[in-house]
Order: sequence, then C-alpha cells, then structure tokens
Amino acid sequence: MRVILERSTLLKSLNHVHRVVERRNTIPILSNVLLSADGASLQLKATDLDLEVTEAAGATIEQAGATTVPAHLLYDIVRKLPDGAEVMLKTDEDGNAMSVMAGRSSFRLQCLPQSDFPELSAGNFSHIFRLDSADLKALIEKTQFAISTEETRYYLNGIFLHTIESEGSLKLRSVATDGHRLARAEMEAPAGSEGMPGIIIPRKTVGELQKLVDAPDVAVTVELSDTKIRFTIGSVILTSKLIDGTFPDYQRVIPTGNDKQLVIDRQTFASAVDRVSTISSERGRAVKLTIAEGQVTLTVNNPDSGSATEELAADYESDPIEIGFNARYLLDVAAQLSGGNARFLLADAGSPTLVQDEGDESTLYVLMPMRV
Amino acid sequence: MLAHAELDRLSLAHVDCDAFYASVEKRDNPALRDRPVIIGGGKRGVVSTACYIARIHGVRSAMPMFKALEACPEAVVVKPDMEKYSRVGRQVRSMMEALTPMVEPLSIDEAFLDLAGTEKLHGAPAALVLARFARQVEEEVGITVSVGLSYCKFLAKVASDLDKPRGFSVIGQEEAVSFLQKQPVTLIWGVGKAFAATLGKDGIRTIGQLQTMERNELMRRYGTMGDRLYHLSRGMDERGVKPRSEAKSVSSETTFNTDLSRMEDLVPVLRALSERVSARLKEADIAGRTVVLKLKTAEFRLRTRNRQLGDPTRLADRIFHTGLELLKREVDGTRFRLLGIGVSDLTDAGRADPQDLVDGLSHKRALAEGAIDSLREKFGKQAVETGYTFGRSKVARPQRDGDD
Repeated sequence: MRVILERSTLLKSLNHVHRVVERRNTIPILSNVLLSADGASLQLKATDLDLEVTEAAGATIEQAGATTVPAHLLYDIVRKLPDGAEVMLKTDEDGNAMSVMAGRSSFRLQCLPQSDFPELSAGNFSHIFRLDSADLKALIEKTQFAISTEETRYYLNGIFLHTIESEGSLKLRSVATDGHRLARAEMEAPAGSEGMPGIIIPRKTVGELQKLVDAPDVAVTVELSDTKIRFTIGSVILTSKLIDGTFPDYQRVIPTGNDKQLVIDRQTFASAVDRVSTISSERGRAVKLTIAEGQVTLTVNNPDSGSATEELAADYESDPIEIGFNARYLLDVAAQLSGGNARFLLADAGSPTLVQDEGDESTLYVLMPMRV
Repeated sequence: MLAHAELDRLSLAHVDCDAFYASVEKRDNPALRDRPVIIGGGKRGVVSTACYIARIHGVRSAMPMFKALEACPEAVVVKPDMEKYSRVGRQVRSMMEALTPMVEPLSIDEAFLDLAGTEKLHGAPAALVLARFARQVEEEVGITVSVGLSYCKFLAKVASDLDKPRGFSVIGQEEAVSFLQKQPVTLIWGVGKAFAATLGKDGIRTIGQLQTMERNELMRRYGTMGDRLYHLSRGMDERGVKPRSEAKSVSSETTFNTDLSRMEDLVPVLRALSERVSARLKEADIAGRTVVLKLKTAEFRLRTRNRQLGDPTRLADRIFHTGLELLKREVDGTRFRLLGIGVSDLTDAGRADPQDLVDGLSHKRALAEGAIDSLREKFGKQAVETGYTFGRSKVARPQRDGDD
C-alpha cells in the first residue's frame, strides 16, 4: 500500500475514528486502525467490538492495499506533524511495518494483518430514515446528561429512542434516566421511522455520535434493526450494537397531576443555584427551595463549612412548599432548557417534579426531590 | 506498685487482653474457671486460644486440635462465639476511648494507647491511669489485661508480653538498648520464621548482633527490612499512635465448616451476611456505594468482585441482591471455603437509598426492610426472617474462629 494525502485530511479522519479505540485492550488488534487504500480514497476503520466507525478520506492512491497500525500512535504522530504537510503512508514489502513520512520526518509502525481485523456484522436493517443533523443533535443533547452509569441497571446506560403517537402525530422520542432524573425530547417522526422498534443506544455511541453531528445542516441517514444501528453522516459511518434490554415504562414516571406551578427566569435561577451550591463541599448536595407567593429562597447547608441563601423573584401562587433537589441536577436541567423562563410543576416535597421551558411542552425533565 | 525512673514520662501503652476468648468463656461459665480451656474446633479444628492452664500443658494457638488434645486430654474445648467476643472487645475498647482519643486497635483484643497530654485531665500520670484501667476492666468486664508502657510502639508491645497474664511492664528509654541486646531477633516486628532463618544463615540470632551493624550494611543485605532492623534493634521507633481512621468499608465474612459450591447453599449465607453488614451500617448511620463480594476457593485462592451502585446504600436488600448478581457469575462448581460481603466508598446515610423514579419495587422493599428492622428491634432478631435464611438460622453466625 502506498498512499499520499494531506495531513489535515488524515488528522480529521483519525480524529473521528481513534476515539473508538480503547486505551487498554486485551486483544491487540483492537488497538489498531484498519487502513485500506482503494480507488481515490483511504478508508479508516476502528472498532471496540460494540461500536465501529469508518471514514473515507480523499487521497492519492499510488498502490492499493490494506494494513492495520496502532490507532493512538498514528493519531499522535499525525497530530504533531506540521500543518499543511503532505503525508505518505507506505507498507513494507512483507507487510510487517508501515512507514509514515512527512517532510523530513519518518516513522515506522508495526502492523498487524488486516485479515485479523474484526468486522461488526451489520446484518439486515429493518428501518431507514433521514434526519437533519441539528435535529439528531437536539434529541441527543437534551437527554444525554441523564444517562445512568450504574452497571446493575445496564438498560439505563443509554438513550431510549422510539416512536410514539402523541398529540395527533407520530413523534420520534429520546428518553434517558438514571433513576434520579429523567429527560425526554422529541421531534416529528421522519418518514421511514414508523414501526421501528424501541431501541437503547449505548452511552459511548451517543458520545461519539454527538461529536459527529456537530456540523450543522448535514443529512444523517439512520438505519436500524432491533440489535444494531448505523448512522451515516457525510463520509463517516458509525455502526453500533444496541443495549439488549427493556427500557422501563417511563411514561408512568412523568407526573401529570402536579398543580403547583413555579415560573422563574432560567438564567437567574441557574446562576443563583450555582452560587449557593458553592458552599457544599461535595457534589450532589441538596439545595432547598422554599417557595412562597412571588418568591423562591434557595438554601444550602453544609455542616462542615456553613450555609448560603439567595432570594429570587418568581411567579408562584399556590400554597407555600419546601423541596430539596440535587444542585447539580438543577444546573444540568437549567443548562438544557433554552427558553427565557423555566416552569416547574410541583406536587409535594417527596414527589417527582416536572421541569419544562415555559411554552414548550415537547422537551421535559423530571426530577426526584432529595430529603432536606 | 511499680517503680521506674522514667515512669512519669512514658505515655505510650500497649494493652492486650489475656487469653481473650478463653477468659470470656471462663467468665461466663465459672465451672470452667479451674480447668484447661481451649477455644477452637469446628471440623477444621485448630486451637484459636488456649487458657493459661492449657498452655502449661503445652497447648499453643494455631495448633491442630488433635495435637492439643494429645498434650492436654482433660481440656474442655469450647466452640468460639465470635459475636460475643467482639461485643466484649468493643466494651473494652470503649473504656480505652474514655481515657484518650488516641487509641489504635490492632485487633479485637489489643490496642495501642497514647496518653500523652492527658495528665491534667486524669490528675495522674499515664502509668497510674493504666493501672486503674486494668483494674476497672477486671471489675467491670470480668477479664484481665496486660499492659506494656514505653516510649514507642515497638517496646510497648514487647513490654505487654513480658509479664503476662495480668502484667504491667515498663521499658524506658534508658534500658531499651541493653534490654534488647539479649533478645532474639524474632522479637522484632516483621521478623517471622522465614526471615529469622535468613538472618540465622548470616549468623544473626540476637538483637545485640544487629546493634553492632551499620545501617548501610543492613540495608544492602535486607533492603527496607534492614532499615527496620537497624532502627528497632536500637529501640528507635517513630511510629505514632494513629487512632482508628474512619472505617473504609464494612464487611462480614464466614468460613464454612465444609466447602460449599452450590447456589442454594451459598445464598442463605450471603443473605445472612448482608443483613449483618446492613445492621452495622444502620447502627453507625453510614452507607456504602460499592458492594464487594469475597470468595475463597477450597484451594485458598481469593476472588473479590465489586460493583458500584448509583447511590450509596445501607439496605440488606440492595447489598444482598447486588452480591447475588456477582455471586451468580462465580458459582460454576468451584468449591468455596469462605464467603464475604461488604460495602466500601462509605458516606453518611443522608443520601443513601433515595427513592427511584423508575424502580418502584426497590422503594417497597426498602419499606419492608424498615418494617423488619423495627420488628426485630422490638422482638429480637429471630422474630422475623426472609425466606432466604428461614430455618437456616445458623448460617448467620460465623462458623469458624477468625471471622468477624
């Protein structure tokens, strides 16, 4: 194999694929990136056996061929090459090593045979639909923070993507929860998604996907079956296994009868929560909200260091209530809301609270209160 | 009582209960008082403690039971009741903690105490306070202790052993070097059989010989251990008394009388142990976030498996079920001699076991456990049990000595 391409092109592609490669691997080939040169492009592929990313980079192919080299090593080398450099990748006659040459720099990397590189068999996809990258990004970003990291409940370690009939039309919905909070976002279901199975996209895949959909106005093709999903975003193809489990019936969790409504300026609220939570030494301490007509008082008590309070004007007309929330969860939700005013619907100090943008019902958050 | 030139200046003590398990049994059963008593047994019988009468006959701890009974056929063998011993051990420890916060427990029945700076408080020098303490333990707990008083940990521990049982020995700075000179190297902490043999090969048998050697020479020969030999042989020990640092984990384990390999045999034990861990967490008002399962195979190979939870817990139910998940993967016909379960990553209980949005069942189980706890508090531990342990109440208790 002999390939010449621009350093920036190679770097961009490596940047997409190398993250999939785990830093520590028990199977050596999984540390490598598969390079295959054919036609007018260099294909790069990396996998961790659950997730696979391939990307085609424009290149001058002087001699077709394929090999695998350590992904992080290659990435680090290309990253340190001068901007604008032209890079040549060339395998030895016997295929045991590959040279990376740019200007006066020259590296030799040990190769593993491309025939050993595992293939994530995609099988047949039952559904295919197209999304705008911005829409996909919204579905992911609004819910991603609530994904659980708890191993025991592996079925919560991802985003639940499914279609559902709601308010007279079919919606494509993403839901994530860790048992303390729940996030739900939705959009009109794109053509082709009707009848798709409800699927759970693993956290790592969500993370990679999020980085790939950063560019606006790119069409994303989604293909899925009940075990795999594939996203095609420009020249990048991401294929992933799905979490084999049943996502809990989240609808049951979303409160419908909460009658105490609090409307508050989102920014002011977020800054105030951030300020008072400074006093709590550890993450995840409770902020107490004392809500009375027209105002909210935020209080944090830390037995080791002191206390903090802040009063905020708010729109509230129901009976006074005291309720505690994890400060970080409040901040996470405030950061995801996009409107000017946040609307809290409360029942009592021990029941789930609903948080939304005022005037936007499509995205919603549920927070479990903490004892205070 | 005692006269020693440095008596007023020494404040570091080592307190050791005399033939602890045996003393507790003799206390509770006066018929045993004048008879040789051996604590130990179970099918893997080894001697865990021998009373002083039995020791006269040559019975030593860790001796196989049949040998011990050969040496002392008239001995009464008592199965260990670890729960009782740890209760008594805690009682003695709390009496120590009434004297000074600087108490560093070494095991259930011994501890270092640093009484420096407590003279004003007690209106007496450390030596007198300790003598009173020893008498108090005898009167209130009904067992005897031996006290060693010195200026450093090493010699305090050595001293407590000099005059056992019911001893009170002092080693001051003045006589430290001359006292050590005649002693065998095995007196030094860290010099066991194997290392003593290594030293013996080099012709070193007494601490006096070490006293004549240079530090560099000792370190060249024995590495970091050489450094320890150099210092301790000269009575130099800078280690301070570290009060028991906050517990890092709470756990409970048991060694089986016969090796177990089947799930149905292991599960009741796991449940019983989980309940013990949970009870201790509840008592201390703490919770743990990582559940740790410990198994020892019949071949003495240790397996530990852990799992982090989303939230800290102190519920027997969660500890048990998490442990069960871990256990399922290990049960493959392997025979185990020990099972343990515990939690680490401890925090205060305030944030433990919050209500969960999607798992309504766990909340119900938590409520059920609360009900079980209050029933047990009122009517005793046997008042109510889960089906996991019902009819197998013995599994809750350690089956062998050395468990806690």
